Amino acid sequence: MIGGAALAEGGLLKLSGFMALLRENEFRIGMKETQDAALLLASPASASPRLLRGALKPLCCANHEDWQKFDRLFDGYFLRRGQRIASVLVGTPPQNHQPQRRIGDAASSQGQTQEADEASPAEAQSDANPADSRSQRRTASSAQALMTRDLRHIVDADEIAKAEALAQRLAKLMRTRLTRRMRLARRGTRLDLRRTLHRSIASGGEPWQQVWRIKKPRPLRLVMLMDASGSMALYTPWFARFMHGAINAFRMAEAFVFHTQIADIGAVLKDRDLPRAMDRLGLVAQGIGGGTRIAGCLADFNRYHAKRALRGRALVMIFSDGFDTGAPGALAREMLHLRQRCRRILWLNPLIGWKDYTPEARGMREALPFIDHFAAAHSLESLAALEPWLTMQ
Amino acid sequence: MLTRETMAARLEAVGYIADADLVGVLWLMDYLQRPLLIEGEAGVGKTEVAKALAQLHQCPLIRLQCYEGLDQNAALYEWNYQKQLLAIRLREGKGAAEALEAHVFSAPYLLERPLLRAIRSPEPVVLLIDEIDRADEEFEAFLLELLSDFQVTIPELGTLNAVSMPRIILTSNGTRDISDALRRRCLYHYLEFPDMGRETRILMTRLPQISAQLAVQVAEIVAALRKEDLAKRPGVAETLDWAASLIGLKVEDLGASPQEAHACLAALLKTRDDRAAISLEVIARLTGKLEAVG
Repeated sequence: MIGGAALAEGGLLKLSGFMALLRENEFRIGMKETQDAALLLASPASASPRLLRGALKPLCCANHEDWQKFDRLFDGYFLRRGQRIASVLVGTPPQNHQPQRRIGDAASSQGQTQEADEASPAEAQSDANPADSRSQRRTASSAQALMTRDLRHIVDADEIAKAEALAQRLAKLMRTRLTRRMRLARRGTRLDLRRTLHRSIASGGEPWQQVWRIKKPRPLRLVMLMDASGSMALYTPWFARFMHGAINAFRMAEAFVFHTQIADIGAVLKDRDLPRAMDRLGLVAQGIGGGTRIAGCLADFNRYHAKRALRGRALVMIFSDGFDTGAPGALAREMLHLRQRCRRILWLNPLIGWKDYTPEARGMREALPFIDHFAAAHSLESLAALEPWLTMQ
Repeated sequence: MLTRETMAARLEAVGYIADADLVGVLWLMDYLQRPLLIEGEAGVGKTEVAKALAQLHQCPLIRLQCYEGLDQNAALYEWNYQKQLLAIRLREGKGAAEALEAHVFSAPYLLERPLLRAIRSPEPVVLLIDEIDRADEEFEAFLLELLSDFQVTIPELGTLNAVSMPRIILTSNGTRDISDALRRRCLYHYLEFPDMGRETRILMTRLPQISAQLAVQVAEIVAALRKEDLAKRPGVAETLDWAASLIGLKVEDLGASPQEAHACLAALLKTRDDRAAISLEVIARLTGKLEAVG
């Protein structure tokens, strides 16, 4: 289709290899894109690698994440620069290259972590900037329980099935919400005058056949934030399974895990194979079981993720015990910001299930005024009890 | 077809200072005849790209502002029902029904909305579909036919092909994720805030009366402010407003007049929290640095 002596076959082969690399990195490249890319190879745009990169970039990228990854992949493939990065990027893998420590040698007790946490409230997250990642890791790791807890070993088949089934059921209940937008219907609450008039033309202007409008149901967006600090260690495994079920059951769901940093785990949990998803989660969410910085993490969420995750007004589900090491007042401020951007906030606290629990942790007290529903979540049964509340329109 | 160099020169001539990447992607639009989707923060000049492109090709700009609930009656076409009814009443009892039907469903009874106007224009136009993320998902789906085949289908009239090939630019702020199908049909460009050098050139082009020193200083302060922790980072339009108000106050050197700089911040910072965060001291510190550098 392209032809022409100007174009060596080697160029085309190389290009199709690059397209395959892009596909492995979750770029959406179809036949049309490959064809157009081949066209570009024969155009003046292929005069230099820099020009070609500039021309292929708008063609192959479809969103901001692609946009940020593209240059590194191109340079790695065509210019043999930074090849390590390019090969590591393949297949959405863990972000850390450090050898994993075994659970055995981590041996960091809870107290140690808390101490370290207070000593250096690690700032600066934004995984978006790989240039600083090394320094970030250093600051963050001093506050983390350098440990990758393997969530795989704490699963039992029966519980998985239960968690998944529950997630499915809740998803079904919550899938739709009513919006103000109306759709046309044969009968309904409001007359669509314009359409009725249109219909009436067929009968010479007699509007005997009316067109009505009714409210149109819309899928609900669910955003889950899971606290994975040490104090929550008992509850994180099964909630992670619930999140896995929910992510796969909902059309629009996002999942984040936070401790001293916040990480987007939506892509990881989309893996339908549960053990593998948990395995990858363990790698991505390094620092599980360490200290908590709820306010700081919420601030990062509001700044970097909220715009994308909360679009179209979402239900935010926070799963945390409210033990925060941030400055007083910070959590209230961030909760207010979050409140202004979402439709409803649901806070699940596993401690509520305990006898005589009162929300006295400072973090919890600060957050309470902004929460629509405050509920127990120490077992699957308690989650199931949320059903009536979730179906409320 | 224009070369990149001519495009860059013409863009500059119409007052749009673009970086090489943007020129490249505008050239690519023509080369591959594909629509372009531009994303970026509010205020980076997404809409301006379309305006500049229209000036560059010296053709009209047709703009469709999207909003929730926008449907094809408002975007594409609509029959003029009142006129149709009148025509029917006038011809009652005269002539065959088929002739009447063909008559009232013909072009004179069609109200053209922006998309149809862009397609039926005899000369090529630039069609700007602004803030596509505000429209409903159904509307996106309906755009697909237009974006991939440059044609629209009207049930009563059949398929209308583009008389001339419009250059289509879509912009998005990311309030909602756009479907993959739509993204696949477009080229993609992510517009960043201009760097200091480019912003200085923008200031000099748009405000001819500004002194070179002030332009550099304004660009420097704005670049520093964008790094601060602000709820809404100032865009290029805000920079221009701020510089214009500084000119109005006859400020020549920002380093010597932090008070004036602070007094005009209303043009730059648009939320209460941001105003509170950038106090006179912060401005004094930033302008103080200017002196040290310059």
